[in-house]
Amino acid sequence: MKIRLLKDKVIGTGMLALSVLSVSLVLLIGIGLYLRSLPILQQYSVWELVTSSSWRPMKGEFGFFPFIMGTLWVTGMSILIAVPLCLFTAIYLSEYAPASFKRFFLPLVNMLAGIPPVIYGVWGVFFIIPIVQRYIAPHFVEFSTGYTVLAGGIVLAVMIFPLIVSIVVEVLSTIPKELREASLSLGATKWETVKKVILRKAFPGIFAAIVLAISRAFGETIAVLMVCGNVPIAPQSIFDPAYPLPALLANNFGEMMSVPLYDSALMFSAFALLIIILIFNIISRAILQKIEIRNA
Amino acid sequence: MRRRKLEEWIAKALMLFSTAFVGICLFLIIGTVVVKGLPYLDWDMVTKIPDGGYYFGRSGGMLNAIIGSLYVAGGATVLGMCISIPVALYLNVYLKKSNAFARFAKLAFDVLFGVPSIVYGAFAFSLMVYLGVRASLLGGIIAVTLLVIPIMVRTLDEVITNVPKDLKEATLAMGATRWEMAKVYLLQIKTGILTAVLLAFGRGVGDVAAVMFTAGFSDNIPVSLHEPAATLPLAIFFQLGSPIPEVQGRAYASALILTVCILIIVSVSTILTNKKRK
Repeated sequence: MKIRLLKDKVIGTGMLALSVLSVSLVLLIGIGLYLRSLPILQQYSVWELVTSSSWRPMKGEFGFFPFIMGTLWVTGMSILIAVPLCLFTAIYLSEYAPASFKRFFLPLVNMLAGIPPVIYGVWGVFFIIPIVQRYIAPHFVEFSTGYTVLAGGIVLAVMIFPLIVSIVVEVLSTIPKELREASLSLGATKWETVKKVILRKAFPGIFAAIVLAISRAFGETIAVLMVCGNVPIAPQSIFDPAYPLPALLANNFGEMMSVPLYDSALMFSAFALLIIILIFNIISRAILQKIEIRNA
Repeated sequence: MRRRKLEEWIAKALMLFSTAFVGICLFLIIGTVVVKGLPYLDWDMVTKIPDGGYYFGRSGGMLNAIIGSLYVAGGATVLGMCISIPVALYLNVYLKKSNAFARFAKLAFDVLFGVPSIVYGAFAFSLMVYLGVRASLLGGIIAVTLLVIPIMVRTLDEVITNVPKDLKEATLAMGATRWEMAKVYLLQIKTGILTAVLLAFGRGVGDVAAVMFTAGFSDNIPVSLHEPAATLPLAIFFQLGSPIPEVQGRAYASALILTVCILIIVSVSTILTNKKRK
């Protein structure tokens, strides 16, 4: 008898230790990156680093403004493209489409969710870049290489399609049938039911899906590195190249050792990414909780 | 009345357009990789390591990167499993649902799930510098393990929550300790564990940002944990950057190999999940 209880205790303690360790990973990563970015934080204030736009590591000038703007432009672009398309697709799949089409389409979408970002990057280089360069950009600007915010936004948008569609379809499927029937029996059209009943009810879930998609697009590295052009100037329009933070980190990691503070500057960009993701997660969670309380 | 009908019609048209658009984009990706990669795909690609001058268009293959990716993802998945199964069991079986630590831990894993892989890569790299480990198979495995832990914990968490509550009550009523109950749960979630493993493995095989600085790159198949290892996605990235058409073509062929691997992994896990649901 005693042995059983002892076993229970010992294994429990071991599991607790593992849990505490892996939970504190957030903290460990934060502290680790902070310590490594200390050298640059001692020389410049965070405000200086974030607002300065001159990036000349050889001269000791580290301005992250162009990279932060690049990240925001590309992420914003992808969300603008992906969210409406995915919402309409998800609504079609769950409310309108015949069951057989849904059974065929959804597993395909789920499969594509597993395709690695580098494949999306390859597709962007081969397919999206020439389209932007030859057919879209000439209508708006005189010259474009195709490696632009627009191309990055499109590639990222396609990358997050499967993510948003599969989550939103799942969310819509949890809404009770009675709600639909009640609305339809009152004489509302199908679209009115969707617009005024289902979307309202599903809003927290849809919101969560979009949050997840934004954090995925925000931190995506290799795909944007391949299609955004990587010019360290803050973009002014969607036909300018961009240089998002993760791409900066990935591009320069190997060569940074010889230049003083460069290494620390790159670690600062990783630290900044982590902090932005953390803040974003916390804010969205707070909003979600508020919505859920109001709905309940 | 007319306006309502019109609105319905427009909404439906928009939906059909969106669905078609999303579907076509996703097909185009697979299509591009297949059409561009197939002509360059041959047995040498998957059975040979790069010869001298491979990156200038001479003969050889990508076996080093394929094996490297399998090692990194496999090692990380095994390590990740050793950590995430106990954690998921502890949070759900040992602790009550209302327990403050359990709730905090779930929040933390949600946050970790959203942390970009490049941040894991950068962190693992600093850890390696601190410990004096050079870019190697070991470094890559550490970085990818960090990356897959939140994925596995979240997947397992969901699977465990779906186990009927009666089971817990029945086991406890028989006088079982919590560890004995955990063992009962383990039996119940066998397929769930497999799904989590496949998911983590797929993510590990496909990720570049985490292994970029931690695993290094090498033309040989690593024989020890301290040797640098090539990975398939990184090899695709390098080859695509080459100006030589032959090498670029091989990038597409490597992309095709990677895509096929991932599609197989995902299909198996989808089939497993569907079976479980029935």
